[in-house]
Amino acid sequence: MARFQLGTRTLDYFSPTTLDDAFDRLSAHNVNIVAGGTDFYPARPQGPLKSDLLDVTRIAGLSGITKTQDGWRIGAATRWSEVFRTDLPAAFAGLQASAREVGSLQIQNAGTVAGNLCNASPAADGVPPLLTLDAQVEIGSARGTRTIDLSDFITGVRKTDLHNDELVTAILLPELPMNARGAFEKLGSRRYLVISITMTASVIGLDANGRIDHARVAVGACSPVAQRLTALESDLLGKSLDQVEVTEAHLAPLSPIDDVRGSGEYRLDAVAEQCLRAIKQAGGENG
Amino acid sequence: MDKHVSETVTDFILNGDHVSATPIAGERLSETLRERLGARDVKIGCNAGDCGACTVLVDGDPVCACLMPAQQAAGRSVETLRGLAREDEITKRLSESFQNLGAAQCGICTPGMMTAAVALLRNTDGPNEEQVQDALGGVLCRCTGYRKIIDAVVAAGQAEVPMQAEGHAGESIRRLDGLGKVQGTEAFGDDVAPAGTLEVVVIRSPFPRAGFTFGDLDVFGKTAGVEAVLTAADVPGRNVFGVIPAFMDQPVFAEEEARFRGEAVAAVVATPEYARDFDPATFPVTWDERAAAQDVHAAMAPEAAQLHEGRDGNVMCGGFVQCGDARAAIAEADVTVEGSFRSGFVEHGYIEPEAGFAELVNGRVEIRACTQAPVMDLDSMEIILGIPRDQIRIIPTGVGGGFGSKLDISVQPYLALGALKTGKPVRICYSRTESMQSTTKRHPSDITLKIGATKDGKIMGFDFFGYFNTGAYASWGPTVANRVPVHASGPYQITDYRAESKGIHTNCPPSGAFRGFGVPQSAIAQESLFDELADKLGIDRLEFRINNALENNMPTVCGQVFEQGVGIKPCFEALRTAWDDERTAAETFNSNNDTLKRGVGIAGGWYGCGNTSLPNPSTIKSGIRTDGTVVLHQGAMDIGQGANTVISQIFATALGVPVAQLEIIGADTDVTPDAGKTSASRQTYVSGSASRLSGEAMRAQILARVNASEEAALTIGNGQIKVTDQGTEHVIDLSTLTADNEGYVLRAEETYDPPTKPLDENGQGIPYAQFGYAAHLVVVEVDTKLGTVKPLKFVAAHDVGKAINPMLVEGQVQGGIAQGLGMALMEEYLPGRTENLHDYLIPTIGDMPPVETHIIEEPDAHGPYGAKGLGEHVLIPTAPAILNAIKDASGVRLTQVPTTPSRVRAAIKDKNNGN
Repeated sequence: MARFQLGTRTLDYFSPTTLDDAFDRLSAHNVNIVAGGTDFYPARPQGPLKSDLLDVTRIAGLSGITKTQDGWRIGAATRWSEVFRTDLPAAFAGLQASAREVGSLQIQNAGTVAGNLCNASPAADGVPPLLTLDAQVEIGSARGTRTIDLSDFITGVRKTDLHNDELVTAILLPELPMNARGAFEKLGSRRYLVISITMTASVIGLDANGRIDHARVAVGACSPVAQRLTALESDLLGKSLDQVEVTEAHLAPLSPIDDVRGSGEYRLDAVAEQCLRAIKQAGGENG
Repeated sequence: MDKHVSETVTDFILNGDHVSATPIAGERLSETLRERLGARDVKIGCNAGDCGACTVLVDGDPVCACLMPAQQAAGRSVETLRGLAREDEITKRLSESFQNLGAAQCGICTPGMMTAAVALLRNTDGPNEEQVQDALGGVLCRCTGYRKIIDAVVAAGQAEVPMQAEGHAGESIRRLDGLGKVQGTEAFGDDVAPAGTLEVVVIRSPFPRAGFTFGDLDVFGKTAGVEAVLTAADVPGRNVFGVIPAFMDQPVFAEEEARFRGEAVAAVVATPEYARDFDPATFPVTWDERAAAQDVHAAMAPEAAQLHEGRDGNVMCGGFVQCGDARAAIAEADVTVEGSFRSGFVEHGYIEPEAGFAELVNGRVEIRACTQAPVMDLDSMEIILGIPRDQIRIIPTGVGGGFGSKLDISVQPYLALGALKTGKPVRICYSRTESMQSTTKRHPSDITLKIGATKDGKIMGFDFFGYFNTGAYASWGPTVANRVPVHASGPYQITDYRAESKGIHTNCPPSGAFRGFGVPQSAIAQESLFDELADKLGIDRLEFRINNALENNMPTVCGQVFEQGVGIKPCFEALRTAWDDERTAAETFNSNNDTLKRGVGIAGGWYGCGNTSLPNPSTIKSGIRTDGTVVLHQGAMDIGQGANTVISQIFATALGVPVAQLEIIGADTDVTPDAGKTSASRQTYVSGSASRLSGEAMRAQILARVNASEEAALTIGNGQIKVTDQGTEHVIDLSTLTADNEGYVLRAEETYDPPTKPLDENGQGIPYAQFGYAAHLVVVEVDTKLGTVKPLKFVAAHDVGKAINPMLVEGQVQGGIAQGLGMALMEEYLPGRTENLHDYLIPTIGDMPPVETHIIEEPDAHGPYGAKGLGEHVLIPTAPAILNAIKDASGVRLTQVPTTPSRVRAAIKDKNNGN
């Protein structure tokens, strides 16, 4: 096909303003979705572009954070800087803290929440806090809309459940208990612009007696897909903050690897401490 | 409806003007701005969002232009530094404070820093330090150490203009070349080629060692868009280069076998359209991957392949210094300590990748590229091109950081060969990955050291051995091998000394010059063991160093005796107050904290300025035109350190005119004499001395014409020179003098070469005419559960002989500390693995704590106005001071850098039985 010949340039850049136009493009063409570009460009291989581009950032209604009847809706093309600039409940504190750690301010001004999920990096800063918020992913296509849990959406390293004709349209977050507060801990070798060695997000609620009655803890960069530590969460219930312990069994779902950022053994060791800090930080801000 | 924007116009507002461009699908905004709209003030350092140099404001928000599809700019407002500097009041204030405080050194990150700062200042009146760090955290700087940038943003609009006065030696004037940096108008390596120029793409080995055979290059060369293919067969002269004549061994294009990953085997000259879409993996070449040796021990093994004929066992060369009998002394010593220390490759990480432009002008080849050594470039090109030297001209562009790596040629031969073969202008800009793969690195080291002492704390025997991984080619490896044994003692009196180094070839990128030439590595071993020795003896660590410090009239380990200028003791003494106060403060902190522990570390260092026992001349030419313009041909490459300013200040002092009056002509092999390379901390000392001689010679000529005394005052301008001498005014009418072919009615060209003497077989002699001295103190906080190390404060004392420009001295100190900090805590280049700026980490603005600088001035007999070199001294004590502080804080002695959190935590667990 002539259009893919080296040196020719007949590829298209589509920038639809309505979802229906976007869905039509997705159904009709082999297109690559681009939003903030912050993962698209660094990952782009050398050589010619292989398919048309579909820019989703001008689609009406795809950006912004809104209160819904039963929770919150983060539009897919919402930028990370909007996440931390929006006034949100305390349960979102971890998500907002993570938003400030996505790359740099320049990245946060361009990169989108859905892009972070679709990129499906094991070290995506946005995933653990969204897991602790019981996030669901709303997916649209010309065939209709479906909603799945975030934990089912990311299926592996750089793999998601998104089909070729589909587009993530929003992240949906249920209303959390009034007393729930979030925290986020990131461990890296430098202060800014750093890929996490490990990261931990938590959402903790304390009852009137200072006992934990709501617990979500999720860890990133310690397994192919960031995940919640549900055994730890169950053990936290009923405990006061000073009784919190993180055991080997709690971390059993994790399988950290050795890489340039740290050894797997180190990650496991550090993340235990990080969990403690994230839980105490989220809990400590109560009151 | 869809906006179908391919091949349609993207309209937006650029710096207040309506503009239209036709970017193709996938084009980055940075490319559209630079190549279609001429906004070359938008710098590209990584094309991956890792460096922030390309930061622009889109509807007021800072974003990386390299990550934004150009079409997303449609209908928006895009602001870049050049436009902001013209129109925006906040930017104008910021430009002033950046210049007043020395916040721009090389200037390549400055457009990104300033645009990010403008966005902050528009929304935040009087931001504090933390707000500045958060706002600028996405822009990397490799020169300044960030502190002056923070100060400049905090102070925007309120900074005092430093006293300009005469701008003579000793005055903290602004950089003379600063305006172009803060307005985005300085042209760096990739900023000179006209849009549409043919591009050169280099084909590189994907393997550390591989044979290769080309497919049909004639067929490939006929591909539409390809103008020429270059291989070793196209090198008209000799296919070899190297910085040290006896060790010249690196081919422009490998022949038969590539010896490291990233080595060039061919290049394609093509239209920009072709180059943009070209995947080098599609070039017709077949690789035959072969067993590679990537560390020194593997390379020395009997089964390892030999990289170069005549270098048996892959030993490139060694260095040796001996005085007294180290081993006998150690055997007799009351106390001994020993250790092994390792460090990895360190990448220079300048934000400007190698880039340039070449064209044929009247049949001559003109090369414009970033470089630290224009005349050495000319030497190499003469050999490679095999044409007369006068047929080649090197015109350096602005240099966006160098730190040693831009001493070696990189893009120059590809540019020249491309221009000669096509007859057309050509350009090249390395990608970040190419730059990291193919250019020189700091040598990995593998050092063993044993030191003895008497029970009252006098050093008694010092026995050092170091392997240095010099990579596939020699580059500056021999210099490292020679420098290390001369410097490994540190600035101390050691009578029984033995130091041996060996440079070993491996299938790795060539190790070359990097700020300190191996001395930062040896200082880690020496200064770490000094702490161990002091502790074992029960002597205060600072007092131990002071007790053993070198003084005037004491021989160095090379037997050199300085009668003056040995300034290490005053450096250490300048730390004494901080040493006492900070240790007390750390003790108090530690008694209240279980997990976070603070520690204080110190270390010293010295460094000989100029070439080791080799000729090392600089020449500085000056002239006065008929109209009274005073012209200084300043050929000492300013790579951010400030030579343009310092060399001019020295000249102005010597001549006796205000520095602002000088017209400066920079390096250009056609019109400016050779001021040598910007290396070995030699420019202030060596070129500065030549500059002083040139100024003095010019002054002497003028005074002689009117028979005036030494004390006479000169006023030059308006076609005349007024000489005011003891109340009498003489006037020289310049129109009565005959101008030479350069238009000068008066001229003075002077050369200075430092007095040194060769080293004998035991390394005894006079390696350098002067040394500079340094001592650092650092306070760190170790998170003992996570292994993270956070430096909280540095106190740095530097003996510079005479600070020609104290503000620039501080800038060097802070920038050097940032590089030493990076080496200590986070930087390790792993070929094939950390070939970008998100896996290879350099410090960000949030990693550099405040630095308190103490300038010590122990005048040197040879330096201009007593000045000594400084550039490399500034990072030598940093890494060992940090390692010593980590030990002080946590009780663990790290012997391998970088001390990543993973390594620190492992050491702590090891010490604390797994906790």
